Amino acid sequence: MELINQTEVQQMIDKLKDQDLYIHLEMTTGAYAAHYDSTKHPAANFITNAIIRYSHGSISGNGPYRVGLKMNHGWVYTEGLTHFEQADTDRLIMAGHDNQGKLVVALQLSREPF
Amino acid sequence: MEQNILVILPHPDDEAFGLSGTLAKYIVEGAHVTYACLTLGEMGRNMGIPPFANRITLPTIRKAELEESCKSIGIQDLRLLGFHDKTIEFEDQDRLDSVIASLIEEVKPSLVFTFYPGYSVHPDHDATGAAVVRTIQKMPAADRPLVQCLAFSNNCEQELGKPDVYQDVSMFMVQKLNSIQAHRSQFQAAELMGKKQMKAKEVEQRFGTERFWTYTFS
Repeated sequence: MELINQTEVQQMIDKLKDQDLYIHLEMTTGAYAAHYDSTKHPAANFITNAIIRYSHGSISGNGPYRVGLKMNHGWVYTEGLTHFEQADTDRLIMAGHDNQGKLVVALQLSREPF
Repeated sequence: MEQNILVILPHPDDEAFGLSGTLAKYIVEGAHVTYACLTLGEMGRNMGIPPFANRITLPTIRKAELEESCKSIGIQDLRLLGFHDKTIEFEDQDRLDSVIASLIEEVKPSLVFTFYPGYSVHPDHDATGAAVVRTIQKMPAADRPLVQCLAFSNNCEQELGKPDVYQDVSMFMVQKLNSIQAHRSQFQAAELMGKKQMKAKEVEQRFGTERFWTYTFS
C-alpha cells in the first residue's frame, strides 16, 4: 500500500463509474478496543461483495481523504483514507491506517468479487 | 512423553504469545502436535508498518506467516479449517462442532489447547473455546482429553482464580520469539513488542512463563 495519490485515485473512480461493482466497505475500532481501554466503545462493521453502481464519485480532502460515490438512490461515503494500492489497475483498493499502522477504515471496489 | 496434542485456535498468531513455548517443549519431549487454525485472520487490522499487506493480500500473507511460525515451534501438522475471521460466533454450530469432533476422532489427543470461553476477549476466541468445550462435553467422561485453556480478559483471574498450569518455557525462548516474529504483519505494534530492544533477561521475564486454566467439565 502507498500513501494516497489523489489524482490516480480520482482516475480510478472515474474509470469504475456507471457499472456494477462489488464493494467491500469496512470500519472498525478493533475487537480489543475496550480490553485495552474500558472507556472505549468497540464497534465494527463490514460488508463484502454487495453490488453497487455509481454515476459520479470523487476524492476530497488534504489527507486523510474522503470519498463519496453518488448512486441512483443513495450514497457511499468514507472518511479517513490514507493508503491505496497503486499497482492495482483494475480495482480501487483503499484503506485508512491510524498512527500505529492499524486499519481503521477500508473501501474497495472491483468488477470481480473479493 | 509421547502423546498427541490438538491445538484449536481461530487466528494465525493466537499460538505465538500464549503457548508456542509450551508446544515447543512438548514437541522436544516427543509429542505430536496438530494445530487446527479456524481462519486466516483475514479481517486483522495490522498490515505491517508501513502497510505491506492489504485486505486482499492479508490472508495469503498470514497463511505463510503461520506456516513459518509452526516450523519455528516444530509443529508437525497444521490444518487450516477455512472459516472466515470474525464470524465464528455466527457459524452454524452443528457444522463447527462436527468439524471439531472429527478432528478429535482422527487425532485422538490426550491434551487439547484452546481459549477459555467467556474469558478470551475476542468473540472468535470465545466462540472457538465454546465449540471445543461443547464438543468434548458430549464425549463419555472417560474418553475426554484434558483441556487446557488460554484466558486473558481483564476479569479472568478474578472469576476463574489463578491459572492451575504454569509452564516454564525459558529454555524455549528461541522457538517462541521466532514464532512471534514470523507474524511480521501483526507484531510490529509498539503495544506488543515494546519500543526499545529488550534485553535477554527482560524477554525471559516477560515471555518465559505460559499459563493455562484446566477446563472442568460438569
